[in-house]
Amino acid sequence: MKKLLIGNEAVARGLYEGGINVVSSYPGTPSTEITEFLSKYDDIHSEWAPNEKVAMEVAFGASLAGARSACAMKHVGLNVAADPLFTLSYTGVTGGIVICVADDPAMHSSQNEQDSRHYAIASKIPMVEPSDSQESYSFSKAAFELSERFDTPVILRMCTRVAHSQSIVDIGERADIPIKEYVKNGAKYIMMPGNAKLRHPVVEKRTEELAKYAENCPFNKIEMGGTDIGIITSGTCYQYVKEVFGDTVSVLKLGMINPLPEKLIKEFASKVTRLIVIEELDSIIETHCRSLGIEAEGKSLFSPIGEYSQETVADVILGKKNETVNINTKIPGRPPMMCAGCPHRGIYYSLAKNKITVLGDIGCYTLGAVPPLSAIDSTLCMGASVSGLHGFNIADGGKHKTACVIGDSTFIHSGVTGLINIAYNATNSTVVILDNSITGMTGHQQNPTTGYNIKGEPASKVSLEDLCHSVGIKRVRVVDPYNIAECDTAIKEETAIDEPSVIISRRPCILLKNVKTHSPVTVDPDKCRGCRKCMSLGCPAISFKNKKAVIDHVLCVGCDVCKQLCSFGAIESEERK
Amino acid sequence: MMKTTSIMIVGVGGQGTLLASKLLGKLLLGEGYDVKVSEVHGMSQRGGSVVTYVRYGDKVYSPVITEGEADFIVSFEKLEAARYVSCLKKDGKIIANNQEIDPMPVIVGNAEYPSGVLEEMRSLGIHVDELDALSLAEKAGSAKAVNIVLMGRLAKYLNIEKEKWHKAIENTVPEKFKELNLKAFDLGYNY
Ligand SMILES: Cc1ncc(C[n+]2csc(CCOP(=O)(O)OP(=O)(O)O)c2C)c(N)n1
Repeated sequence: MKKLLIGNEAVARGLYEGGINVVSSYPGTPSTEITEFLSKYDDIHSEWAPNEKVAMEVAFGASLAGARSACAMKHVGLNVAADPLFTLSYTGVTGGIVICVADDPAMHSSQNEQDSRHYAIASKIPMVEPSDSQESYSFSKAAFELSERFDTPVILRMCTRVAHSQSIVDIGERADIPIKEYVKNGAKYIMMPGNAKLRHPVVEKRTEELAKYAENCPFNKIEMGGTDIGIITSGTCYQYVKEVFGDTVSVLKLGMINPLPEKLIKEFASKVTRLIVIEELDSIIETHCRSLGIEAEGKSLFSPIGEYSQETVADVILGKKNETVNINTKIPGRPPMMCAGCPHRGIYYSLAKNKITVLGDIGCYTLGAVPPLSAIDSTLCMGASVSGLHGFNIADGGKHKTACVIGDSTFIHSGVTGLINIAYNATNSTVVILDNSITGMTGHQQNPTTGYNIKGEPASKVSLEDLCHSVGIKRVRVVDPYNIAECDTAIKEETAIDEPSVIISRRPCILLKNVKTHSPVTVDPDKCRGCRKCMSLGCPAISFKNKKAVIDHVLCVGCDVCKQLCSFGAIESEERK
Repeated sequence: MMKTTSIMIVGVGGQGTLLASKLLGKLLLGEGYDVKVSEVHGMSQRGGSVVTYVRYGDKVYSPVITEGEADFIVSFEKLEAARYVSCLKKDGKIIANNQEIDPMPVIVGNAEYPSGVLEEMRSLGIHVDELDALSLAEKAGSAKAVNIVLMGRLAKYLNIEKEKWHKAIENTVPEKFKELNLKAFDLGYNY
């Protein structure tokens, strides 16, 4: 049956048909939909784990027990899961394991542009990379067999353009793969030095065998055309090459990108006059060619930064550019912003007003960094706000008033360990948990603080108050971010106090279905003095026309935060119960 | 071999561009074309600028549309039409909803909403098919149907019978909004 699927849905379908039993993941653009689509199949177990390390270890355990399993994450998620990854390479698998990792060249929604292929090389785990949805489907399905045949996890590398592009997939039926019998095997699975020393040679041998397999595996193919130019490429770049050149050049398309073949590349190189490697981000294939003594052009032509396209390929190789029409008017940017009624806004206003140095974290609330709020001083990686604040406070010695902000999902992911450190190593740090009862940034996934599981069924719920108390924080208070006075008092008091503290800023995300909104507020133009104080909130519903504030009635949800700022009582809301 | 047709759908996060591309993708798949539909999820959903690429033909390779390649740009908002105009082919066409939505720099007073962008494009010889899709959508019964009004307008330019569009709409939108959306489509088509 032919269907138009995004790459991630095709991966889900491929894993499903390949006999997956368990998937455990942590969301992250552009990988999230793999697990969301898998959660729609009721005959497998799916879950959101608290972070990527947990997810990968769940997949490991399921494999140990004999089931085919998978985990999915974005590129930086693999950093978090790197610890189990490297030793999983030694243990190998019982049931096949597919680790799906999605890179984000051009950083459409990421904090860096790292290239996951390095992990495959470093951990000596085979990696396959599809170039469209059909391959996303077929590679995922085949990955389980590859995993069990070579006794290794397999990494499936996606990138934004493959993960989020729909193309046609011819889908099939789910294979009936029985869960294997569990047999205790300490030599393979207890990785203490004595055993690990015996496993490492197995890994090296496996890599050799995989390299042999790469020479004529179904993932790699040569498409001979014109021989003046030969291009070695993989993933979405293959599509750009075909778009520009059709069959006027020859192409070696690599679907298995670790380990890389030797003979196949040599054979291809010998048939073409000029050899060019086209790969986004780092020079992995090119470096491999060099190590084989083959001169290939690559990063001398193409940038290691950002994404490519047919335009890049045509421009770099042919010096060809399309004619374009351009206008002179300067078009103001339209960056993403916090929604009207976003509960993060009020607490940020308070932090900015009190001139607090704020170590930030990753989530929708990172948007608090942009003007007019400009309320954040740093963003590194998930969880770093809490641990970073502790370090900042030690070094700063109290010269600045400081706090950190972290979302509910991010706090559970890796913020709580930093909080334990704050309590244990005692700094007067103030941690603000922005609890909007959902993982907002990645499109509303449940997490351990929301009380629901991936399928939306009721589940055990972490009490953030109890959790913070239990790690040794005595001062834990909850504020409503729609109440500016309350936020102000809490921030003033907690940043002044001589002990660690947590402020939980609690209000569900305004986009959640069950959240009630109010009728919009209005500005009385006779009372508005045009002081622009309400504009300092950066609310998309408030604009300025003819020297007066105007409120967009479609966008405004009546959160009343702006009303609390107005010194002239110009903002009015309807009577409410 | 039929060459690839490239359509860009641009607008502001929350305007319903996603449903429009879903509808178009389904329709083209049903027509037997090779189709690719590409968009970037993530940050752009929070009121940012959004763009979806739709490409179809006998064989489509790249999922993206770059400078000077788009046969059509369907713009849900005036500024967004201007933002992506360099992607238009020499003889490409712009279908532009003349609705204005202030971006953050304008809201906070760091920039003005530019006036006359559609006129400027016309003066450069670009075919701009301008319509007030918001009013037409409201006439059909809901401001939310702007996306379907614009698809109705696009349908004028593509070689696919109106009945097939109707069918694709019926298969894409929930039962209770069927009538409204069919009306919105016709209003755009007959505008
Ligand atoms: C290691 C890692 N995993 C995943 C992500 C993707 N990601 C960014 S923020 C975020 C969670 C945001 O949720 P929350 O902390 O609840 O804040 P909200 O967006 O709801 O404000 C995720 C999953 C990431 N950046 N890094």
